[in-house]
Amino acid sequence: MQIELGHYLILAGTLFTVGIFGIFLNRKNVIIILMSVELMLLAVNLNFVAFSAYMNDMFGQIFTLFILTVAAAEAAIGLAILVVFFRSKGSINVEDINSMKG
Amino acid sequence: MVAGIFFYIFAIFLIASAVLVISARNPVYAVFFLILAFFNATGLFILLGAEFLAMLLLMVYVGAVMVLFLFVVMMIDIDFKELSKGFLQYAPVGTLIGLIILAEIIMVVGGFVVDAEMIKTAAVPIPNVDEISNLKAFGLLLYGEYVFFIEMAGLILLIALIGAVVLTLKTTGKAHRQNIAEQVARTPETAIEMVSVKSGQAFSKNDTIKMNKRN
Repeated sequence: MQIELGHYLILAGTLFTVGIFGIFLNRKNVIIILMSVELMLLAVNLNFVAFSAYMNDMFGQIFTLFILTVAAAEAAIGLAILVVFFRSKGSINVEDINSMKG
Repeated sequence: MVAGIFFYIFAIFLIASAVLVISARNPVYAVFFLILAFFNATGLFILLGAEFLAMLLLMVYVGAVMVLFLFVVMMIDIDFKELSKGFLQYAPVGTLIGLIILAEIIMVVGGFVVDAEMIKTAAVPIPNVDEISNLKAFGLLLYGEYVFFIEMAGLILLIALIGAVVLTLKTTGKAHRQNIAEQVARTPETAIEMVSVKSGQAFSKNDTIKMNKRN
């Protein structure tokens, strides 16, 4: 049972699709949407590491580190915006966010 | 053989917990399933030989980002049942688009095979693990060739930190701030007051009021 690169790519593709599906399924809940984005980023990271291992190139892992950095920053800022929005509106419904114009 | 079995175990748990993340009605459960998903991804990273990244995923994601999610989910007081109304309304179109994307991804990358010529063109070949560990190889690259990028990464994290603080900081006016001009303008006459307390008596209320008037 030899695990090839294709196995990892299909796994990461499935994970990415689950993330996209999560955004469709939970259109109202911003927190679940942020978590779906995290899932998609994880799928991308898995792709990078798999390519890095099978092509014997260290740069894929270096790049994954930077994706991790940006994802952490994105989560922090996203949740901060969420908290501020909840303070002013008392809701985290995506449909309420369209009142922020300009 | 063993690696193959572990790959399938981790893969199945990863996909299952990812599906539970998006379908859990209670966001706290969703966060916990996301933590499970990250644990399984860690296992996959270790199978691929990226040990440092696996530990980083555990520390940064499970240790920091997921705890942040948990804090926010528990902090905001929301009726999540209200939010999950119309949960299945978008499921058909979501399923359709998801299946199309999945089919496209599998068609594009499913049969991807790395040929021997591509391995020779690696930008930074992975050194032999017996000589240089994954962690050391990482460090040599990050603080050698890619030192500028890790500085930029640090800057991004700093900006994120400042941004999050600036966004959520609430100035209520209750905080006691230091007023340097007021402090410097104080003289012994305004700062010190001699009060003669009668023997056997405590510092009386009248004296306190007098002092406040002075100030």
